[in-house]
Amino acid sequence: MDDLLQEFIAETRETLEALSGEIVAWESAPDDRDRLDAIFRFVHTVKGSCGFLDLPRLARLSHAAEDVLAAVRSGERAPDTRLVNAVLAIVDRIGEIVEAIDAGHALDDSGEDLLIAALDTGAEMAAPQAVSAPRSPSRSVRLNVDLLDRMMSGMSDMVLARNELARRVRDGGADPVVEAALERLSLTVAEMRDTVTRTRMQKIDALFSALPRMVRDTATELGKSVTLHIEGSDVELDREMIEMMRDPLVHIIRNSIDHGIEAPALRRALGKRENGWLNVAARQSGNQIVIEISDDGQGVDTDRLVTKVASAGLRSDAQLRGMSEQAKLDLIFEPGLSTKDMATAISGRGVGMDVVRANVEQIGGRIELHNAPGKGLRIAIHVPLTLSIMSTIGVGVRDQRFAISRQVIEEIVRVGGDMIRIDRIGDTLSATVRDRRMPLIDLGDLLGFGQRSPVMLAIVSASGGSYALAVDSVLDHEELVIKPAAPAIMATGVYAGQTLPDSGLPMLMLDCAGIAHVAGLVFGREAMVEEIEAEAVVPGVQALLFDDLDGVRRVLPLSVIDRVEPVSASAIRFSAGRLRLSVEGGIIPLVALGEWAPQSTVSVVRLRDGSVEIGYAIGEAIDIVELPETVVPAHDAGPIAGVVAIDGDQIEVIDLHWLFASHADAGTVSDAPLCLFDGPETAWMTTFLKPVLEGAGYRVATMLRPGETPRVVVRMSDDPTGSAATVPVVRLRRDADGDDGSIFRYDRPALLAAVARSTGGR
Amino acid sequence: MALFLIAQIAGRPVAIESSQVESVVDIGSIIPVPRAERQVRGLAALRSRVVTVIDTRAALGLEAAEVDAGRAIITIVEGHYYAILVDALDDVAPFDLTPLSAGILLDKGWLKVGRGIVERDGEPILAIALDGLIPGALALAA
Repeated sequence: MDDLLQEFIAETRETLEALSGEIVAWESAPDDRDRLDAIFRFVHTVKGSCGFLDLPRLARLSHAAEDVLAAVRSGERAPDTRLVNAVLAIVDRIGEIVEAIDAGHALDDSGEDLLIAALDTGAEMAAPQAVSAPRSPSRSVRLNVDLLDRMMSGMSDMVLARNELARRVRDGGADPVVEAALERLSLTVAEMRDTVTRTRMQKIDALFSALPRMVRDTATELGKSVTLHIEGSDVELDREMIEMMRDPLVHIIRNSIDHGIEAPALRRALGKRENGWLNVAARQSGNQIVIEISDDGQGVDTDRLVTKVASAGLRSDAQLRGMSEQAKLDLIFEPGLSTKDMATAISGRGVGMDVVRANVEQIGGRIELHNAPGKGLRIAIHVPLTLSIMSTIGVGVRDQRFAISRQVIEEIVRVGGDMIRIDRIGDTLSATVRDRRMPLIDLGDLLGFGQRSPVMLAIVSASGGSYALAVDSVLDHEELVIKPAAPAIMATGVYAGQTLPDSGLPMLMLDCAGIAHVAGLVFGREAMVEEIEAEAVVPGVQALLFDDLDGVRRVLPLSVIDRVEPVSASAIRFSAGRLRLSVEGGIIPLVALGEWAPQSTVSVVRLRDGSVEIGYAIGEAIDIVELPETVVPAHDAGPIAGVVAIDGDQIEVIDLHWLFASHADAGTVSDAPLCLFDGPETAWMTTFLKPVLEGAGYRVATMLRPGETPRVVVRMSDDPTGSAATVPVVRLRRDADGDDGSIFRYDRPALLAAVARSTGGR
Repeated sequence: MALFLIAQIAGRPVAIESSQVESVVDIGSIIPVPRAERQVRGLAALRSRVVTVIDTRAALGLEAAEVDAGRAIITIVEGHYYAILVDALDDVAPFDLTPLSAGILLDKGWLKVGRGIVERDGEPILAIALDGLIPGALALAA
């Protein structure tokens, strides 16, 4: 934080110095647009920085000045002498405050209201105050990145010169004294190189460290409460890149809090935790750094977005109708669009997601949106690794060296021994490493050096699969600065960039995903299925983790929870043979698995299944968790359906069916059509489908009681057909694709429709 | 009058406007780039920078030389540094650029690099644009 403050002070001081000439010029010619723009930019920048540095006085002053200048820019006000004086007085005041912050002494804030009031039309002339605060010597220097670049390139020259010198000394017969001196030089050069490299590199923490404060302040201002998680602060990025990422990141996070995360009351009603959840994570992924900002807010309402775009006349109706969901979502990047109807202090003035995207694309990056309406938005910014330092492994093919990103290498094995087999399947090479069979690419052959029997295998993972890359030798590990190669070289598709290692000879870095692509390896299907499952699993299995009244930790599926609310213990009575809870305008059955009486207020989970409602008294809600697929069933029927493992703990799962069957006021449940789960997958069906079907008004069983006949049987499409041929069967399949009359198991509407058809239309 | 560099490429003199020239260097070891087009001779280190070395003869669609050219003109195209191999460098002098005389038709690769003619002591010399030699750059421009 101190670093940021220092940076802000240095920057403001520097701009003020540069601006002093402009100010004088503006004073003499108030109509000069360029001068006006320069001063506007200054107060705008100060305002922006104050937002996350928590400098309310500066923020107030700069905001006021910005408003007035914006009015002048739009022609609403004329820049008369009085206005110019008032603005200049504020600029002077900003300078004084900044000096006071730097020197660490307090500055009397009287008169600031007057300064701001002087901006109003018809206000008295403000008297400019003399600058009197003493200046403290600056402790930091601001450097131009070009200068750092030159320093870096000079440093590399020095390394090359040293290498040359070392070669000469070796060749010319070594004098121990000279050699010792050279040794010292080498050490110093190496140390210098590290330092100089570091001047360009910065941990992304420099970007993230200001976030907690910014999030807190933004949230407070909006009356929201947000929990921020930060991951991957130690990922290193080029300094310049970090600077370029700052504004987009701040903007996205403010948007997230302003537009994404709902107000606490609304979140409560939606069954979400009151605290919004915001996750900012950085990680290296192949040749890119990915910065992900995800929240659990309301996501993007694409319909509203479309309406907005249509009403702004940015696109034609026909164009909008033909768009895919993703394309509609991308409309958020449309210039001149704000999804909030009013510009707030948070979301700023006229800067939208289009500017964010432009900034990111300017540094060769891209933005991806993953929208889950009602559940949240995940924004992934991919930034190329260009200029980032990479950890690499050098590999040799014949007499040429290449670098491979260390991150993609799973392991390196030497061919020979029992553990590794190399076979030819048809004309395709394959390697079997410890019973794991994978495709093999001979790097020498691929690069046109000719075939040779593999010596070393680097097992790399790329685009959803792994393959073995045969090389002649594995050299050393090196930290390298990778830069993009010329278009003609990148066009080959097998290189990720070029670099200049210590040897002084250029080296190419291999793009392992590109190599797999060029060699024709396809891992696509496997990867795709994983993706579908990952996406589909999320909605069905969210559950509330809580401490029950008897101290046991349990979970309840989220889908049946209407809301969680504190109730007064006096609203709970044992009456008419059971525990009941008075609620607004009625009485509902209450389930309590422990002592509730000692407390004055009790948290009650309101469960709703169709029209039936019951309350469940709990101790304390802990978290929203994902329910694992495997439920170990309980021994006896009762309130507990079984046990799941969550983070290594055994957690009891409440049996909703039992709860509703034994506690709900009778009448509605028993005459519901019976749906029988059949086949080896009944456990999965019970976890996933049961709430869906019960919610839709069916009774679900995995075994028939004597005399019962199911109205419909649900089984997986690949299960052997059972004997009950007289009952209609709904068959489910695991893959999204396929048309054998079965239904994709996560396709909720289709599933419900099929069940309804089979039970005779309900 | 603009300043031109007179160089020898494939035994012919050519004129290169100095605004395209970043520097003129001797090229050391060249690291080949497997799978790249023939015009890309490889990569070389120029001080602390990696430059892409362009085989000028290949780029012009001519036969390969018996001996590799050792000198190169460094030019920057779209932010990338390229070393254009030349046989020799003759001269730097100001000349007037005149259009190609009517009826003169350039062939092979010369067509895509030729920009006009300068006259040195009565001898017409083809003025060329270096970016025409860079593979990929033209395609991007189009």
